[in-house]
Formats: sequence, C-alpha cells, structure tokens
Amino acid sequence: MSAPLWPAVLGRFDWQSLPFVRAWQHPSLNELIGAGAAAMVVIGAIALVALITMLGRWRYLWGDWLTSLDHKRIGIMYVVLAFVMLARALVEGVVMRAHQATAIDAPGIVSPDHFAQLFSTHGSIMIFFMAMPFLTGAINYVMPLQIGSRDVAFPLLNSISLWLTGAAAGIMMASLVIGEFSTGGWTGYPPFTELRFSPGVGVDYWIWAVTLGSIGSTLSGLNFAVTIYKMRCPGMTLMRMPMFTWTSLCTSILMIFAMPPLTVATALLALDRYLGFHFFTNDLGGNMMNYANLFWLFGHPEVYILILPAFGVYSEVVSTFSSKELYGYTSLVLATMAIAVLSFTVWVHHFFTMGQSANVNAVFGIATMTIGVPTGVKIYDWIWTMFRGRVRFTVPMLYSLAFMMTFVLGGLTGIILAFPPLDYLVHNTLFLVAHFHNMLIPGLLYGMLAGYHYWFPKAFGFRLDERWGRIAFGCWVGGFYLAFMPLYVLGAGGMARRTAEIFEPAFRPWLYVAGVGALVLFAALAALAVQLWVSIRDRDANRVPAGDPWDARGLEWSIPAPPPEYNYAAPPRVASRDPFYDAKRNGTAYYPPARYDDIELPRNAAVGPVLGLLGAAIAFGLVWHMWWLAILGLAGVVATVIARSFVRDTHRIIPAADVERQDRAWRAAVAATPAIPREVEMTPANRGLAEGAA
Amino acid sequence: MIRALIRGRSRCAPLPLRALPLLALPLLAGCDAARLGVMNAAGPVAETQRHLYLILAIVLIFIAGPVLILTPIFAWRYRLSDKRHIYRPTWDFSWGVEALIWLPPTGIVLGLSVLLWTYTHRLDPYRPVAGSGPPLVIQAVALDWKWLFIYPDQRIATIDQMAIPVGRPVRIVLTSGTVMQSLLIPRLAGQIYAMAGMRTELNLAASRAGVFRGENTQYNGTGFARQSFDVLALSPDGYRRWLARVHAAATPLDRMAYAQLFKQTTPPDPVFYSAAPAGLFDTILARDLPPKATRR
Repeated sequence: MSAPLWPAVLGRFDWQSLPFVRAWQHPSLNELIGAGAAAMVVIGAIALVALITMLGRWRYLWGDWLTSLDHKRIGIMYVVLAFVMLARALVEGVVMRAHQATAIDAPGIVSPDHFAQLFSTHGSIMIFFMAMPFLTGAINYVMPLQIGSRDVAFPLLNSISLWLTGAAAGIMMASLVIGEFSTGGWTGYPPFTELRFSPGVGVDYWIWAVTLGSIGSTLSGLNFAVTIYKMRCPGMTLMRMPMFTWTSLCTSILMIFAMPPLTVATALLALDRYLGFHFFTNDLGGNMMNYANLFWLFGHPEVYILILPAFGVYSEVVSTFSSKELYGYTSLVLATMAIAVLSFTVWVHHFFTMGQSANVNAVFGIATMTIGVPTGVKIYDWIWTMFRGRVRFTVPMLYSLAFMMTFVLGGLTGIILAFPPLDYLVHNTLFLVAHFHNMLIPGLLYGMLAGYHYWFPKAFGFRLDERWGRIAFGCWVGGFYLAFMPLYVLGAGGMARRTAEIFEPAFRPWLYVAGVGALVLFAALAALAVQLWVSIRDRDANRVPAGDPWDARGLEWSIPAPPPEYNYAAPPRVASRDPFYDAKRNGTAYYPPARYDDIELPRNAAVGPVLGLLGAAIAFGLVWHMWWLAILGLAGVVATVIARSFVRDTHRIIPAADVERQDRAWRAAVAATPAIPREVEMTPANRGLAEGAA
Repeated sequence: MIRALIRGRSRCAPLPLRALPLLALPLLAGCDAARLGVMNAAGPVAETQRHLYLILAIVLIFIAGPVLILTPIFAWRYRLSDKRHIYRPTWDFSWGVEALIWLPPTGIVLGLSVLLWTYTHRLDPYRPVAGSGPPLVIQAVALDWKWLFIYPDQRIATIDQMAIPVGRPVRIVLTSGTVMQSLLIPRLAGQIYAMAGMRTELNLAASRAGVFRGENTQYNGTGFARQSFDVLALSPDGYRRWLARVHAAATPLDRMAYAQLFKQTTPPDPVFYSAAPAGLFDTILARDLPPKATRR
C-alpha cells in the first residue's frame, strides 16, 4: 500500500487504487484481466459519449429519455440498464468458470482475492442491478398499460427510483476502475465485512451500491402498489386484473416490506465501519446473527420479488400463445398471494447451520416446503392452460416451456435443501449454487426474456428476429444445463462454493463441462445482441403498427405499437378479464372512443438524473472518505428537493384535437391493415392485426 | 476401502458404457466426485442422511414426474398445426382439476413434513450419537485459515488434523477465533457454523476406518480454498498410537505458539502440540485473545 496522495481532497485514494497502475507495476495475467476489464469500462464510456456527440443526439437523449417521466421510457431505460449489467456479470461468471477449470492443482488465471471480488460483483450485480432493473422495467412498461392508466401514480418518483438504481449501478462500474470491490459475497456477511477483516474500500462500495439500489426499489414498490390500487380504468376490478398486474402488485408489496430490512442491515454495517459501532462485530456485544436475520428477512422475499413478475409474464404468454383463457385465474391469484405471504416465514432456511434448535429448523423447513404447494399449483395452471388450446411455439412460449421443465428440477433440489439435515451437507457448497441458479435462470431470466420478446413489438413497433431468438433460446437452455447440472454433482461431493483453488482431481471433468456451459451462456448473450441488430436492420419488414401481433388478450394490445405517450386516447372501460380478446371476438375492438378530451401529462424533469448524480457523488465520497464530496452531495440533494418544490409548471396539456387526429389516423391505418391467421404470425405478413378481429 | 471402491465403480459404470469411453469417462469421474460426499457415507450420521436422501429422491420423482411428462405432451398435442384435437378456448376451470393440482401436493408436503420433523430431530447436530464408550470431546476453533483441534481430556492439540477412534461417538464443540466459518466433513456428517463468542456443537462417529476430508465452507479470505484438514478414523490401537505421536511432538501450545495461531496463515502440514493449556477453548470463547489477534 502506498501512502494516500492528498487525503484532505482525495481521501483514501492512492495510485495503487488504479488497476492500470497495478498492471503496469506487476504485469501478471491476474492484473491484466483486472486492467482489461477497467479499460473496457473506460473505453466503453468514452465510445458512448463520442458516439452520441458525433450523432449530435445529446439534446434528444436528455430531452426525450433521461429526463422523461413517461413510464414507458423509464421502463425501457431500466431494461437497457439490466442488459448492460447482465453483460458484465455474465462475463464475470465466464471468467470464474474459466478460472476454476484452470485452477485444479494450479494457480488458475486470477488471484484468490480477485476471484473473491468476481463472485461478489457477479452476485450483487445479477440480483440488484440485472434482475431488479429488468423486472422493474417490465412492470414499469407493461403494468400501467394493462390497467388502462396513463402513467404510474408518481411519475417523478419513478424517475428518481430509476436514477438511484442507475447511480448504484454506476458505483458498481466505478469499483472496477477505481479501487476494488468487496470480497464478502453478495450477502456481505459480517464479521468478515467489518473493518477489522476488510479494511479496504471494497465493502464500502458494496454497502453504498446496495443501499442506493434498495432505496430505489422501495420507492418503486410504493409507486407500483399505489398505481395498481388507485389508477385502474373503469370496470377493472381487482379480480379482472391481468395476471402480470397481479404479480406486479404482490412483488410491489414484497418490495415495500422486504427492502427496508436490507437498507437497515447495510446502514448498521456502515455504522460499524464508519463510526465504530458494534452491531455485528465479534467483540463488545456485536452479533453477526442479527445481520443474518435482517439480511434474509429481506433476502427470502427478494427471491419472490424476482420470480413473481416472471410468473406473471408466463401467465400472459402461455394464455396468449395457447389462444386460450388462463386456466384457474382465481387459483393463480390465491397462489400468488399465498407465496407473497409465506415468503416472509422461511428466512431461517438460509442458515439452518447456525446452531439453532431442531424445533426451530423443523418449523422453518416445513414452512419452506409449504411454499412449494402454491408454486406447484401455478405450474399446473399453465399446463392446464395449454390443455385443449392451440399452442404456437414462438420464442416467448419456448422460454415458458423450458422454464416449467427446468424450474421443477430446481424445486426438487429446493425440497432437498428445505430438509435441515440434508441442508447441513450441501449448504455453502456448489449444490446450493446450482440450486439457486436453477431457480433464478428459468424463474427470472427466462421470464424476463420471454417478456422482452413478447412486449418488444408493442414498445418499438416491430417484432424481434425469430431465428436469432431461437438460437439465443437454445443457448440459454443448453448453456444452463451444461453450466449448472455439474455443480450439483460437485456440491454433493462437498466442493465448497467460492473456492479459488481446487485440489481434488475428481472434480476436474465436471468443472470442464461447467466451463463449456458458461461459454454457451455467453454465446446466448451474443445471440441476443445479434438478434437485436438484425431486428433493427430488418425493422421495416417486421413492423406491427396495428399493435396486436400475437392475437393477445389484455388492454395493452388494443393501442398502437409503439403506443402514444398518453397510452390511451380515451380511458378504456372493461367488463371482463380478457377485454381486448373478447372485444375482438364480438367485433367491438378498434371502435373509436365516443369523445376526446384534453390530456394532461407530467413535464420532463431533471430532478431524477440530478438526484442520481448527487446520490452517486455521496456514495463515492463515502467510499473514498472524501468527506467534502459526500457533504456537498447531501447539500445538493436537499437543495434539489427544495428547488423542485417551488416548480409550479409541472404538467402540460395535449389538446383533444391532436389526440383525436392521431387516434383517427391510427384507426384508419388499422382498417387498411390485412388481418392474418396465427399460422403466419412469425412472417412479415404480420402487421399487428389478428384475423377475426377487425 | 478397496471393496467399497470397486463396488462403487461397478455400480456407476455398467458394462455397455465402456464401449463409449467418451461418455463413460465423465461418468466414472462423476462417481469419483460423488464418492467424496455423503453418497459414500462412513458414519452413522452420514448414513442416516444418505438414507433420507434416497427416501426423498423417490418421493421427488412423483412431484416432478407429472410436470416433466405433461408439459411436453400438452404442448405438442395441442399445437396449432395439428387441428385434430378438440379446442376449448373458453374452458378455464374445473373443480376436478383444482382438486388434482391442490390436494396431492398438499398431501405430499404434509407427509414430507412428518419426515422432516422426525429426521431433523434425529439428526440434530446437538444430539449425541450412539456408539461404544463415552463421547470423545474435541474442541474445534476456526482460525484464519486453519482449524485448531483441542483434545481437552488428552491435553493435546493439533492443527488441520483430527483423529478419532472408529465406533466411538465424537462430540465436536466449535467456536471461532476470527470470522464465521463452517465445519464440514461430508462423509461423516453435515456442517455447522463456528462463530466468535458463540459455541456450537456437532456430534458424529465413524463406522469404518479411513481418511476423510474436512473443510471450511464459509468464505473467510484469500486462504479459504486451502483450509482443509484430514479426519483419520483409526482403530483403537491406531488411535492410541496417534495420541502417542502427538504427545511425542515436544512442541507445547505455549504463549508463543498461541500468538502464532492468530496469524493469517495455512501451515503446509498438520501441526501437533504435545500439550495444550486447560481452559484454552473457553479463553477463546470469552474473546480473551492475544492483543494483536484482534487486528489484521
């Protein structure tokens, strides 16, 4: 460690904090990989800035996107963030697999400390900055459309949530370029993460990134729940809400109740580290068991925060692509609610091995298995939805089918882990790692990808390329099995997770297979990128301006693709669960509204990006002990909030005449669009109008 | 050992597979990997755990089977391109199906709950294991990045090697001199956390002689991957000889050696201490550590 350069201003920063300097001084493969990753962040950022400047799109970006309060644009920005972070964390996964495959009785490609940073960032990013933004983006985009609303209840708060999450993700990226990241895993268990054992900046990066992200998610949860409670269109009773809206509601409730324990846990850990408190230290009355309880009081509901929206997507997708009503809607609602409630009763199963009594473990084990019942019911509901339907094997449907068959395997190993005596054996081993990837890859990623393919035409007006979609699908599924099934075997053989060196030759072939699987997963991500490129290139052939490419069921398909910023020219009115599908069947779809009114929409606001920037500054200042920066950032937040409260002119009016003109033009276009049967929905003939609908 | 090994291999790689060396190789190796775990149990606790595994494996087939079978069958049978089958777009409920999807899973979970309750108590790590003779008490202290095993009744201590007599119940009492760790000997019993200032317990026994791998499974720093130890399950004679060897080591766990323990190191070979002070475990449990040990 060299001496800090200029502590009053730069805090803990020294030249050794830069991976480029470290790689220059010790050009080992390990340091070169670190410097290469940092260089990718820096070069990527510079290239992005240069590209936007070259295209002269700064004004467009700032005015139309970054400051937008439109829930659709905010949703899209969330998903973009999720994809960027997915790319980083997936590459980290590949590096870890490559390292383990080369670290059998050998040093491997990265140092143990670097490896520990990799598993910590991989987990933290995948949960907080890939999964959370992806599902928050999906809910943001789809839910207000589904309930026939113009926006979420608090559009400005929505923008602030996005930018807090973005700031947190930015802090994660900064840790790659300046300093280091935590080695305490995504759970950050003390006392290892206390100052005594982890004195560097890594844990502080983790704390503030997670804290910012968790505040953003709490606010999102509040926003969504209020939106669903208060902003449904006339006639949309709770029991007529689409399943995705139901799962969004349950996820929002979970966010409201489960994120605060995490914020509290990281805040207490920060007090320990910054102000010498003793909440979780080894000595002076600290007790890390309190942390474990707080963390998993968040952590288990978090699993369902992640999975429920995907369940919602599957409900929509399976019903749409089976051309059939969702089987057992009431059952599904009850099961979703049951899962949401039960998710708060099982957290101890994350630490059966902490030495509590058999009675406590048995109660929590049984509670854990109980969740399996409503989850199983949901799977059967989708299976029975296909029964006597007309199933089309589109990409979203393929993901749904792969999910059902893969998720159930994860459920099986989940029951094994729910048995405390068996958990004792495979806890903290690769068996556990295999299990939660087996739940979250089908239970979250496939769901989000299915939703991405399903709603992309709605959001952008053209379908995604089918062929590359199938290639990506094949790689995601094949790669998952190759990468994670071997980990079950390794875990059953007692291989601990987070192991940077392996001394057991028997593990070798399985680590090789898992390594190949990781490469296939990387290919899957690449295929998605190619698909996006090809789809944008061929967009004119695949446009679906009429707005209903899948002969779908909910309100969101009854409007143009892409939808106008005000969503609905006039508030829709619903009388059933599948209002648009029913309207298509009885010939009332695409009827113009009786009258058009002026529409009031929130004006763009710079408050979100500004608060995000200030939040990142506070976090960065705290991480590096640049106190002036943290204080300035905090003062800036207070000033911004006060300044905003003096802004009177927060809304603008879209005149009824404009709305009417746009709406009539679209309806005329629909009338001129050829309706197509389902057999050709994957061809350019599909312009977004379903046969039997017009 | 050798017989078990042969039996294990022949079960995993039946003859026809030998014709497919490419396939058989990973399978064989897979058996090797699994043989390091509970499937090759060497003590009553692990044997009961394996037994529970097998019961559960059979039950789980009935849970997953219907989904794995019905999903592809329904999807294919009711595909769009095959219109021979009946189409009921508005059918969305049936009490019969509801009963079918709610009741059997509930029944299975109820049944599994009984199984879970029973086995959780039977395999409670605090519960003494039956066997010949009084339990052998071993105090395990998690350190960075090694395990200290104190034999309080024998007045000896070791680092990264534990010897136990076959058949005799063993009570391992754990704490940590550093961050939280987790002690796992996959072929003998499950794991339990070791936490500073707290005391946990793990009861086990070995039913056959052998060398079993023990490890820490909770990440605790850069030396984590190297923190493993051997458990020697020995005959009574062999155990006595092992004790004699430790006693003959002539390096007592004195003040100097004690301070060394708290450095972040992994000794390349097991260390034997011919004498350990009485009450050492309680000293560590009470967090009365050498002054330097409390810092990095």
